[in-house]
Amino acid sequence: MTDHNTNTTLFLERRSYRRRRVMDALRLLPIVGLLLWLFPVFWPNAKDGPDAPASVSMSGAVTYVFLVWVVLILSALVLWWVLSKHSGEASDPPEQQR
Amino acid sequence: MISVNQLVAVSLVYVAFLFAIAFFAERASARGRSGWLRSPLVYTLSLSIYCTAWTFYGAVGYAARSGMEFVTIYLGPSLVMIGWWWVLRKLVRIGRAQRATSVADLISARYGKSNLLAIVVTLMAVVGVTPYIALQLQSVTLSVSIFSNPTDADVLSQSTATFWVACGLAIFTVLFGTRNLNANERHDGVVIAIAVEAVVKLIALLAVGIFVVWGIAGGIGPMLDRIDSSPIGEWSMDRSRWVALTALSAAAFLALPRMFQVMVVENEDERHLQIASWAFPLYLMLMSLFVVPIAVVGLDILPAGSNPDLFVLTVPLAEGRGGLATLSFLGGFSSATSMVIVATLALSTMVSNHIVMPIWLSTQAEGAQVSGDVRNVVILARRASILLIIFFGYLYYRLSGGGAALAAIGLISFVGVAQFLPAMLGGIFWRGATRWGALAGLVVGFTVWVFCSLLPSFGPDAVLSAAVFDHGIAGLGWLRPQALFGVEGIDPTVHAIVWSITLNMVAFLGVSLVTFPQPLERLQGAQFVNVFDHSTQARGWDAAPATSEDLMVMAQRILGPADALALFRAEAERQGVTGHLPEPTQGFLQALERELAGSVGSATAHAMISQLVGGASVSVEDLMAVADESAQILEYSNRLEAKSAELSRTARQLREANEKLTALSVQKDAFLGQISHELRTPMTSIRSFSEILRDTDELEQSEKTKYASIIHGETIRLTRLLDDLLDLSVLENGQVSLNLDTGNLNDVIGQAVLSAGGDRSTRLSVRHENAELDHPLTTDLDRLRQVFINLITNAQKYCDAPQPELHIDAMDGGDGLRVVFHDNGTPIPAESRSLIFEKFSRINDKDGSGAGLGLAICREIMARLGGDITHEPRSDGNAFIVHLPVRAAMAAQ
Amino acid sequence: MGKHVLLVEDETNIIEAIQFLLSREGWQVDTHSDGATAVEKVRNMRPDLVVLDYMLPGKNGIDILTELRADPDFERLPVLMLTARGQSRDRDLAERAGVSRFMTKPFSNTEVVTAVRDLVQLAQ
Repeated sequence: MTDHNTNTTLFLERRSYRRRRVMDALRLLPIVGLLLWLFPVFWPNAKDGPDAPASVSMSGAVTYVFLVWVVLILSALVLWWVLSKHSGEASDPPEQQR
Repeated sequence: MISVNQLVAVSLVYVAFLFAIAFFAERASARGRSGWLRSPLVYTLSLSIYCTAWTFYGAVGYAARSGMEFVTIYLGPSLVMIGWWWVLRKLVRIGRAQRATSVADLISARYGKSNLLAIVVTLMAVVGVTPYIALQLQSVTLSVSIFSNPTDADVLSQSTATFWVACGLAIFTVLFGTRNLNANERHDGVVIAIAVEAVVKLIALLAVGIFVVWGIAGGIGPMLDRIDSSPIGEWSMDRSRWVALTALSAAAFLALPRMFQVMVVENEDERHLQIASWAFPLYLMLMSLFVVPIAVVGLDILPAGSNPDLFVLTVPLAEGRGGLATLSFLGGFSSATSMVIVATLALSTMVSNHIVMPIWLSTQAEGAQVSGDVRNVVILARRASILLIIFFGYLYYRLSGGGAALAAIGLISFVGVAQFLPAMLGGIFWRGATRWGALAGLVVGFTVWVFCSLLPSFGPDAVLSAAVFDHGIAGLGWLRPQALFGVEGIDPTVHAIVWSITLNMVAFLGVSLVTFPQPLERLQGAQFVNVFDHSTQARGWDAAPATSEDLMVMAQRILGPADALALFRAEAERQGVTGHLPEPTQGFLQALERELAGSVGSATAHAMISQLVGGASVSVEDLMAVADESAQILEYSNRLEAKSAELSRTARQLREANEKLTALSVQKDAFLGQISHELRTPMTSIRSFSEILRDTDELEQSEKTKYASIIHGETIRLTRLLDDLLDLSVLENGQVSLNLDTGNLNDVIGQAVLSAGGDRSTRLSVRHENAELDHPLTTDLDRLRQVFINLITNAQKYCDAPQPELHIDAMDGGDGLRVVFHDNGTPIPAESRSLIFEKFSRINDKDGSGAGLGLAICREIMARLGGDITHEPRSDGNAFIVHLPVRAAMAAQ
Repeated sequence: MGKHVLLVEDETNIIEAIQFLLSREGWQVDTHSDGATAVEKVRNMRPDLVVLDYMLPGKNGIDILTELRADPDFERLPVLMLTARGQSRDRDLAERAGVSRFMTKPFSNTEVVTAVRDLVQLAQ
């Protein structure tokens, strides 16, 4: 074994490691999205009755929901971009097409 | 104001435009230029059939009634798409690996290719989607009614309008969706039309939204203020509905038959899914973006009591924007039509594959081997089911009175199809799921849905009496449709979702745990759950009893002669077998089953193959593999099995070769005797009659003439025989020189037909008026003509049909030109087939006039011309295929 | 004295020639061209002599001869066999089967007529 070969292997390992962490983020993303979108359940609600604290305004709610949406879409876009850039040189064998 | 007539005209032009696009897309795809048709963009846009008229009209109405709750319908699918890695990736992979044609097909394949399960899922899907189709009819009718003047309204009553809308949609779908039976259920034309409609509805909704925000409200800031001061300006939301509807929409997104169609069946490349994972949520976000502003402005400027479901149309109309309203109408029209097309297409595939085909096959006494084409039956079944499904939708619309809010109808449908989810997800993630578990879950969930959601939707005293609503079935308080088991005070929709899904899952899990799956089920389960690990197909066929001819005949009926032939030919080439019938290896049988499954569904395909092969063999090794859950053992046993299969196959090939050699040796032994016989027989007559003429004085003139002409005839026969023999020996020794010349295939065939006596002298009618025959070629035309003459005279001699016919046809394959001589006589029996090209072999020779050299000469000539000649049995006769190499076929161009 | 000959042959021209030759000599000639039913024909007709071709459709001349010889009635029936397959093996086969006379095609007319006459006389 020559040094050159060892270096190549090390380099690929690092790429593979990056790729795995990107995959982790990918798996995590929908869970984050779900939590963020379920959050409005805890907001004070106009239906709660007169004693409840003042409810959130509609414009605020709309802004919140769509903001989460945009963040999720952008994250998914970035993850896809990183992943497709990596996949060309990935050390993981691409899953076989059938 | 735009009149209804103008609106109809615009719609018709739009439909014609869609047809043109679909037509060109299919043309392009037929020519193999389908790259752009299969782009990730088109895939993403085709997913947008999730956004139906419910989205286009109903979302605004929903927002006007319940505030932000409408958005849950889009949050669920967005989460599913963003989380594609969890479920969709696996679903798409399994769908492609198993060649699933529908949700029903997928579920039936998972649970041991059970047709019962497929039928149950199909019926549930038809019932579940019916309200949804009614919704589309209702929305198109409502939108047309907005444009009609009060005077028009008398002429165009609501229900007749709906009827005509239903008819229009039915025709549209039949024309679009069943123009051909695509082998793998992909529809390029439909997909591209759907994609165009997706763009139209997005642009229409965005245009209305932009007009509302910047044209009416005056910008984003003022718009937000206006939202807060509107009747829906406060956050007021039923928390259980928020959670339940988000989950429900996610479930429905996965389980809707039409979503499965575009997401899995029409998927070309798994990477498209990754792109759609952000692109489709983006589409959904844009579709939802202006819903609240439009609702708020609509509530503000339109008179109280206007139908909020139609704000998308009425707001532009109220502001005098006729053009914008028309665009908006087209958007809604697109939403409705694209949904109806894909939904009915998906459902009709299920109905024809899982209900009509099995019934039709079982009524055929001879089973799968009967000849004839079933594709017509399939297409007819699909068309009939499309009409039936749309008719059901119309019926639901009439029965439910057409008055309900669009969103309410849509939710009923969603809960119905969500019942598939436990069986589906359980099937792909849990190997313990069994057929009976799936069946129990589906039936229980469906029953609860019908009772708690579907029947109450017709209103009290329509199907269920008011007494049942208040006091339950037979007065049992715990059987009230909206308060099951006495749990009261829950929102009816949430109530239906929670109870149906919970009971569905309980039944599914419980029954799965106590029942034991059949071997095939366990194998399929292992393949589904471990779809990413398995490199081999575990389940096998014991191939020995199936003959390739039976398989071929069956495949021709399902796939059509050309495709079946191509499939078999490719496999034969791969196996390196000469002729066109490959060995029925395990691998080939599995490939064939998958190919057939693409047309008729996996359960039917499995049944058909097992009918021929004599039962699937789930071997001891397979079972061990499942029990031990060890991929290694699976791999090893598969290799062993393949090896032993290969051994027995080799043995059979050797035996066949040996038989052929023995037969050849006998023939060679007989060769001298034959040649002597063929030469001496005419000589006997010649010698005998010449002696009679020489030695007999008292012969009459007529006798003399008769005997002389016998001698003459026998000399000619002798000469012809010698010519043939010399010809053959020259050809066999390769001393022949070719006279290359350029001509037209059509001319050569025409001359050959004339030389062979044409139609006149025999009963055989020769058809050769095919445009494909007009083909230039450069070869030894005389020799080629000789081959054709031999084939035509053979057909004249041996074709024993009551009305003998010979079709001459040509096909331009990639590797040269194939000229097919197809007659309708009795197929040559298998045991004689390998000998027909040998010298002096005469099969069925009745009058002994042939020397049995014709085909041997043909074979030698074709070998000299660089091509070959082969025989293929057809279900209705014999086909001789003359194959000219590319060089000869193309040189003249 | 019987003058009855059965000709079992499938080539029409050869039938015509032999029929001409023998009937000119005063024989009554019947023809049959199917090998499979030839034995039956002989049983029904009981000819004085059979002219038998070697290659026949249905059943070949050797098989027909063997079958005839197995029947005590036809043990001594004169059979003249004609063959176009001039192979010595065939002659052996025919003689083993009990042929009375074996001739190879093409034959001389006089030879055939003489042979028929001799065979019938010998049998009496």
